[in-house]
Amino acid sequence: MEMRDEAARSQALKSIPGPLIGIVILIAIAYLLDATANPYTQFVLTMILANAVLATSLNLVNGFTGQFSLGHAGFMAVGAYTSAWLATRPELAFLPDYLKFLSLPIAAGLLAAIAGYIVGLPSLRLKGDYLAIVTLGFGEIIRVILLNSEAVGGARGLYGIPAAAAIPSLGMSEFISQFSISSIWLVITFVTLWRIVHSAKGRAFLSVREDEIAAEAMGINITQTKVRAFVISAFFAGVGGALFAHTVKYLNPATFTFTKSVDIIIMIVLGGMGSFTGSVIAAAIITVLPEMVLRELQQLTGVDLRMVIYSLMLILFMILKPTGILGTLEATDILRKLRERFKPAAAQESK
Amino acid sequence: MSKILTVDDLQVKYGGILALKGISFEVNKGEIVSLIGANGAGKTTTLRAISGLVPFTGRIQLLQGETEWLDLSTVAKHDIVRKGLAHSPEGRGIFPNLTVYENLFLGAFARNDKPEIAKDLEHCFELFPRLKERIKQKAGTLSGGEQQMVAISRALMAKPKVLLLDEPSLGLAPLIVAQIFEIIKKVNSEGMTVLLVEQNARMALKISHRAYCVETGKITLSGKGIDLLKDSRIVDSYLGGH
Repeated sequence: MEMRDEAARSQALKSIPGPLIGIVILIAIAYLLDATANPYTQFVLTMILANAVLATSLNLVNGFTGQFSLGHAGFMAVGAYTSAWLATRPELAFLPDYLKFLSLPIAAGLLAAIAGYIVGLPSLRLKGDYLAIVTLGFGEIIRVILLNSEAVGGARGLYGIPAAAAIPSLGMSEFISQFSISSIWLVITFVTLWRIVHSAKGRAFLSVREDEIAAEAMGINITQTKVRAFVISAFFAGVGGALFAHTVKYLNPATFTFTKSVDIIIMIVLGGMGSFTGSVIAAAIITVLPEMVLRELQQLTGVDLRMVIYSLMLILFMILKPTGILGTLEATDILRKLRERFKPAAAQESK
Repeated sequence: MSKILTVDDLQVKYGGILALKGISFEVNKGEIVSLIGANGAGKTTTLRAISGLVPFTGRIQLLQGETEWLDLSTVAKHDIVRKGLAHSPEGRGIFPNLTVYENLFLGAFARNDKPEIAKDLEHCFELFPRLKERIKQKAGTLSGGEQQMVAISRALMAKPKVLLLDEPSLGLAPLIVAQIFEIIKKVNSEGMTVLLVEQNARMALKISHRAYCVETGKITLSGKGIDLLKDSRIVDSYLGGH
């Protein structure tokens, strides 16, 4: 018997302090890492944040709305290139540096959302495999366009993408700047998606996943709901792309192939389709694993085992725990359950 | 009695095959009307046409307000519920991975009167106390009878003018079927108009004010529920007696 407390979920994250505390904690971590970790570790950990944004946003479409999209890398590319291009514009030089890099993801997200609308409107009338193929095709179209656009470097890629500069007066290094911007956007993404899905009207997404006919009988416009999910998801994919661009500082169309989309799908499958916290956890694992564990392994054995281990991991998960780490549960549900389990015990002891 | 839903010369085609060959009937305010008949007679198709789930020809009209009639062919299928029809589909069509609470709450998706929704939720729990015990449980983990209760409650949460129930007895134990029909009667006595599609003709006729017998896409018999229960043609074909 699986129990979930929807009331608790819809109440969570409603207050302002919660998310703010999250941002403060993440920035504190940034200061800590700045003092202790080497630049390579810092880079990998910043990538977790961008990947978590990408995974949670894809989860809205694939996990919560039940539409299988294979084109997330396409929206990510739109955001990444938009942000990278805008960052070098002299017209935006009037903005304070940190503020500029904090707000670039908005523009990146908006453009990706427009792309999402254009793709979503005709293709979301399709179901299952057909939708997957259309979104896959879209991702490839974006990549090929970028590959042939000299303005953004074409096949050579885009070099020397600027990132937020250090702010010595606050003791912020370049790493802290980028890490804090990414943290703020991860929290914004997470809270927004969470609030949307767990709102009264947001349950429309879940109902479309569960049973389209019944959802329609409840008065839910299915196509509109799917397009909405797609556009919101594309927006945050654009945001994730922007964070990615300024973390890696180099963009190449080859980054945004079908494999990139699959990487993000692996994150949400591993974390649990329909669990935002699961997506964040899985994003962390999938980002860290190849860099910190598999690299050591490769040096030891002399063979690149990354794909073998990825595939094995997926196969094992599908056999042993097909719903992923958390399934449709959120980490908060598990915490609440643990608390409930220990509370009565404590109450009895005091008697 | 005043009519609330009228169906006139309803025809539905599946591919080239005419599944409904011109069905006409009406439902009066406050009645339980049932459509009975064998497998494949077209009962479910009739309900699906009324809910806009299959394309049809003919006229289906629903009373809006006091005198204004609305042609349902002009209404988008996701707006049907806003016009006052709530459909509890065949095979229940609940949302299996959502909790009972979420299922019921989604029933009221088209409504905006929050305090009234809370009141109706309480009312559903009065009708089906079992559901209150299961409120946080995933609907897919419930028993068949409980799932049917969820399906009916969810339709009630839409606060419809007419409640459309498709085979509420499907796959349930006789005891549970009796319970479900008791509740349908109770809901009706509180003023809800019910259009019921049933294969369990005896149960359906017992609680119905009027009934129509559908056979291969046509209505062959109609009358009061209690009269049809004794009608030899019905008894021979559907009630298995002599």
